[in-house]
Amino acid sequence: MNEIVVIIGGGIAGLEAARQLLALGHSPIVIEKSDHLGGHVADWHKLFPDMKPAKDIVDELVSSSKDANIFLHTEISFINRLKDRYNIMLSNGISITSRYILFTTGFRLFDAAKKEEYGYGVYNQVITNQDLEKWFNTSKDSRIDNSAMKAVGFVHCVGSRDEKARNTQCSKVCCITAIKQAIELKEKFPDAEIYCFYMDLRLFGKKFEDFYIKAQRDCGIHFIRGRVSEVSENIDGKVIVKAEDTLAGRPMKVTLDLLVLMSGMVCNPDSTRVAGMMSLPIDSDGFLRSTDNVSRNTVSPKNGIFYAGACTGPKTVPETLAEARSAVLEIHNSIISRR
Amino acid sequence: MIYQGKQKIWSDYQKEIPDDHWYYVRSCIRQNFFPGSERMFLEICRNVLGRDFHETEHHTTCGGIAYHCDTIPQETAMTIVARQFALMTEAGYENYVASCITSFGNYTEILETWHEFPELETRIRELLWKACRKEFRKPKYLAHTSDLIFKYRNEIAEKAVHHLVNKETGEPLRVVEHIGCHYAKMFPSKGIGGAEYPYVLAGMVEAWGGNVIDYPERRHCCGYGFRQYHIKANRGYSVSNTYKKFESMEPYRPDMIITNCPGCPYFLDRWQYVIAETEGKTYGQNGYGIPVFTYEEVAGLVLGYDPWDLGLQLHQVAVEPLLDKIGIPYVPEDKYKGLDRKEIMRPGLPQNLKCY
Amino acid sequence: MSMFGFRISPSSTIDLDKVDRNRFKKLCALEPDASKCMACGSCSATCSASEFSGMSVRKVLLCLQQGREKEAYAMMSSCMLCGKCLMVCPRGINTRHLILSISRIYGKEESI
Repeated sequence: MNEIVVIIGGGIAGLEAARQLLALGHSPIVIEKSDHLGGHVADWHKLFPDMKPAKDIVDELVSSSKDANIFLHTEISFINRLKDRYNIMLSNGISITSRYILFTTGFRLFDAAKKEEYGYGVYNQVITNQDLEKWFNTSKDSRIDNSAMKAVGFVHCVGSRDEKARNTQCSKVCCITAIKQAIELKEKFPDAEIYCFYMDLRLFGKKFEDFYIKAQRDCGIHFIRGRVSEVSENIDGKVIVKAEDTLAGRPMKVTLDLLVLMSGMVCNPDSTRVAGMMSLPIDSDGFLRSTDNVSRNTVSPKNGIFYAGACTGPKTVPETLAEARSAVLEIHNSIISRR
Repeated sequence: MIYQGKQKIWSDYQKEIPDDHWYYVRSCIRQNFFPGSERMFLEICRNVLGRDFHETEHHTTCGGIAYHCDTIPQETAMTIVARQFALMTEAGYENYVASCITSFGNYTEILETWHEFPELETRIRELLWKACRKEFRKPKYLAHTSDLIFKYRNEIAEKAVHHLVNKETGEPLRVVEHIGCHYAKMFPSKGIGGAEYPYVLAGMVEAWGGNVIDYPERRHCCGYGFRQYHIKANRGYSVSNTYKKFESMEPYRPDMIITNCPGCPYFLDRWQYVIAETEGKTYGQNGYGIPVFTYEEVAGLVLGYDPWDLGLQLHQVAVEPLLDKIGIPYVPEDKYKGLDRKEIMRPGLPQNLKCY
Repeated sequence: MSMFGFRISPSSTIDLDKVDRNRFKKLCALEPDASKCMACGSCSATCSASEFSGMSVRKVLLCLQQGREKEAYAMMSSCMLCGKCLMVCPRGINTRHLILSISRIYGKEESI
């Protein structure tokens, strides 16, 4: 009954899968490239829609998957296929033989500096959604001046829905993240005017729309329908943002003390690299391609290889966790059917 | 401003520029607007730096102005350009350098179009053969003349007699750099430093001792456009853009503006007069406006050429306050003397913009 | 000015730095749903006055938030208070109360 399953990636999908595999009596081995578990969620402060601390989720997952064999600081050197199983060579010199591999390689945050017109890395007062979450956690970021927070802007869709950035996909979570972060900043700086520049607001999830209404009605956050086209810096070191208010059909500009870029999700190049070792197909959006995007999203076209989480496309935390469980069930059913 | 952030972007947009042996073509309008500039380019490249620049009187316009004004179709512009390339081929050159930004943009656009649609190139070759029995090779390297001065900027700095420094205070001059729209906005990878933070002029200013100002409307068009200026009814819109730029740069108290386009220095210069006369508003110190230069003029000043030989008397905004600031000698009485040392006519003086 | 036959055109840019939000804040205190509009346009589509006068509750709210108060007030003067917009608003904004509140706050000010 006991089966070894290699899980590539120790983010929330990998940990949830390890936990479920342990519960079903299997032996998961988690390979994590970085020095910590929890992936992007470990850098996050609070999660929508209930403002649950991200740390709580990660801690729960880490403690409930602790009996798994976990390798930190470890990468996949190569994988080759034996008759009915895979030989996985790790960067630490260990090799594992397993019938099952689960990709939980996740996403990479779009590099906001690629949108040169937004001046990330050029203008001091421009940060990303990730930088802001880190600041919520640590209160340390020289770009954020607590005493001078009179106006803040959020730019939705940075590197998402952007053919020029080679990412046509919607990153799904940025709209709600921007609203969440806008509310959090408003709570910290009640006198600040906060602007969200959006193309569409895609608030599909449970209680997301409630967040939007709260931001409008209770927090007085300004929603401007128009994509920021250019950011510059004025003589006082503040950023000037240009956009069109498409509802008014007129150009608009505003001076801000801080601009937050909602960097989207792109496929993790590490997933593509490892997928390449097994000739796994890549979908047109650059993410790993499932057998079927409706009913078999956790199943790869190759025997014994499964996917969970953002390696196949942008997902929320609950979707990622649900996919991890779903992938484990597919793996478990496959194990049972073999005997 | 994070200077290292800009350096990172600059390093991403490098452009290979051969050091020598260039086929040079002039701009249609620069010789009238800033007559010393093109002469100074050849003077510096050939006589100061000892490079080989070939020029022929047989070349024409590139067709860019007519193309951008919608008076000729692109195929016609392409055939004109094909003829220019044929002249280069006949002269035995493969590096092509244009003095005009719109030409540079036009050549780049045409080469890219031929790359994407080779059948169009074949057709243009046929048209050129039918029209004037000429054949051509495409240039191996295409550059704008400001790319070349950028490449030679350190050599020029080594030979510099003057620097972009205030002689009284020892402080670097505050310099606004303005890049012509057709330099890199259409093809960011073809411009030194890209399109958002171009380095081509900033590099010259740094090499010659000045400080570059990055002001909010830096990337904004000078306002020239083509149809915008050429049709009188649209000129208010042209000057409005220039006004927007000046309002934006004013708080930085720039000492001078350097540009790399035929139209930009003209309009940044002349529209200061129109703004002063219609709005009563002047920029720069003491009502004299902010002097505007081409990069060749600035290179010439740095190398110690006489300001009147550079054609600076044709500027609307007086250059004398800047010459005094740097400590460049000039003879005021010679300002309006022609090459034969005879007095040429003197312009009338504006009401609001102070002039020498 | 006529010496050139042209002059600087006025800018149409909405400068959010210069918006005076005091009156809009007063309005939100009276009618907190004033900031809840999501610009769906249901109100304008059904408005009795819209097609003849350009009246639109959506646009009135947008203008007020951008400090274009004169424009908003002029638009609103065509309202016939029929209440159709109240029926269709998916956000449940009490447009009748909203319009009367706007009238109370902005109507007094001669300066706008």
